[in-house]
Amino acid sequence: MAKKRIVTTTLNGNQTEFLCEPRQTLLEVLRDNMDLTGTKEGCSNGNCGACTVIMNGRPVDSCLVLAVEAEGATVRTIEGVATAAGLDPIQKAFLEGAALQCGICTPGFIMQSEWFLSQNPKPTEDEIRFNLAGNLCRCTGYDKIVRAVQDAATQWQDHYMKNCHERSCT
Amino acid sequence: MRDFEYEAPTTLAAAIELVAKHNGSARCLAGGTDLIDQVRVGRLTPDVLIDVKKIAELNVLEHGATGLRLGAAVPCYQVYGHCGIVSDYAALADSCRIIGGVQIQSRASVGGNLCNSGPAADSTPSLIVLGAVAVIAGPKGTRTVAVEDFCTGPGKNVLQPGELLVELKFPARAANSGSHYRRFIPRNEMDIAVVGVGASVVLNDAKDKFVSARIALGAVAPAPLFAKAVGDALAGQLINDEVIAKAAAAARAIAVPIDDMRGTKEFRLHITGVLTERVLKAAVARARGEHVDCKVGH
Repeated sequence: MAKKRIVTTTLNGNQTEFLCEPRQTLLEVLRDNMDLTGTKEGCSNGNCGACTVIMNGRPVDSCLVLAVEAEGATVRTIEGVATAAGLDPIQKAFLEGAALQCGICTPGFIMQSEWFLSQNPKPTEDEIRFNLAGNLCRCTGYDKIVRAVQDAATQWQDHYMKNCHERSCT
Repeated sequence: MRDFEYEAPTTLAAAIELVAKHNGSARCLAGGTDLIDQVRVGRLTPDVLIDVKKIAELNVLEHGATGLRLGAAVPCYQVYGHCGIVSDYAALADSCRIIGGVQIQSRASVGGNLCNSGPAADSTPSLIVLGAVAVIAGPKGTRTVAVEDFCTGPGKNVLQPGELLVELKFPARAANSGSHYRRFIPRNEMDIAVVGVGASVVLNDAKDKFVSARIALGAVAPAPLFAKAVGDALAGQLINDEVIAKAAAAARAIAVPIDDMRGTKEFRLHITGVLTERVLKAAVARARGEHVDCKVGH
């Protein structure tokens, strides 16, 4: 069996070490080694986005990342979204808008939506749908999710404008 | 998942040595969006994965007067986020915007898409029409292969055991030129092309005639298909609907699609013609400096 590796990451703001085999995905290590079970396993092949985490500032499917690749990386999971002050605006919007039913896809949608609004604080509906295309939901029919993202963008516009990192070519 | 070793060399020389040492039992890992899934389902059975993302040569992204250099491991989001590529190599940016969803684009690389050598790869037709050349390194040195000659069949390419793709080199954008890539899928996003078409055109100064054109077709042959004769026949022709319709008919005539769950042969041939017309018109519009509204998801 391949030798286990020690991997050092910054996980939800804390420097964290874990031991893993090369064949373990980041998703497996988060859930099975770190007990961070908020990140969900859906399809395990990059279609559904339930396992979305933010790695080095970009959303990734953690089922398609080897845990050893996270050496030196910054990783943010759903467990790092709410603060001591309460839920993040996007979490509030999902709750208030009932943008979930079974909830398995929700952590992935929250991670992707939160990242997306940091890039594009005033998105159109088309832009929201395009940017959430890598997240599948088999309950809601998506409309409530899209409305929750729109509501978050409208209600907390100052919050998103302040944190905006948008950079695009025209 | 199958047990394997993981190596992450930081120099090209070390990577070549590792790839050569494992002589066919190693696979290079860039974004991993194809590879990790293929290892998981047992389609590939490597003993070693060689992570090439820490090698400077595979991360190069340089755009200047002599052209574009795109390292094999550069992820899609950096391609469509690069203003020089968006303006001068528009077809490639078009491709990278529609490969997978945003999460996939954070990791998936154009070099990986090429090496995976799927017949429906979205970035390969764009590489072909933009005249990209693959720079391949191996124990015997470095060689170059035009991208249209790189893929040899489904999942197959010219890479020999011990070789790896280092970068893609593109010529500088010609004056009065434009390019576009478009595919047909039954969904809005996140699907494999039923047919994909890329085109790049160079126009005369009056912008009413083709000087040259390159067209490439995806998902209608065992490998991405360079429709050289179709593009060559456009040289010197006036730009009008009739000429473009003829090119579309010629593209249909060389396509050799199969029937599968994504579409019948007949449907694919029809779509090849439709897309060739639309893509040529969009490439011409871009060459004329017009804005092409290829809104994602539509």
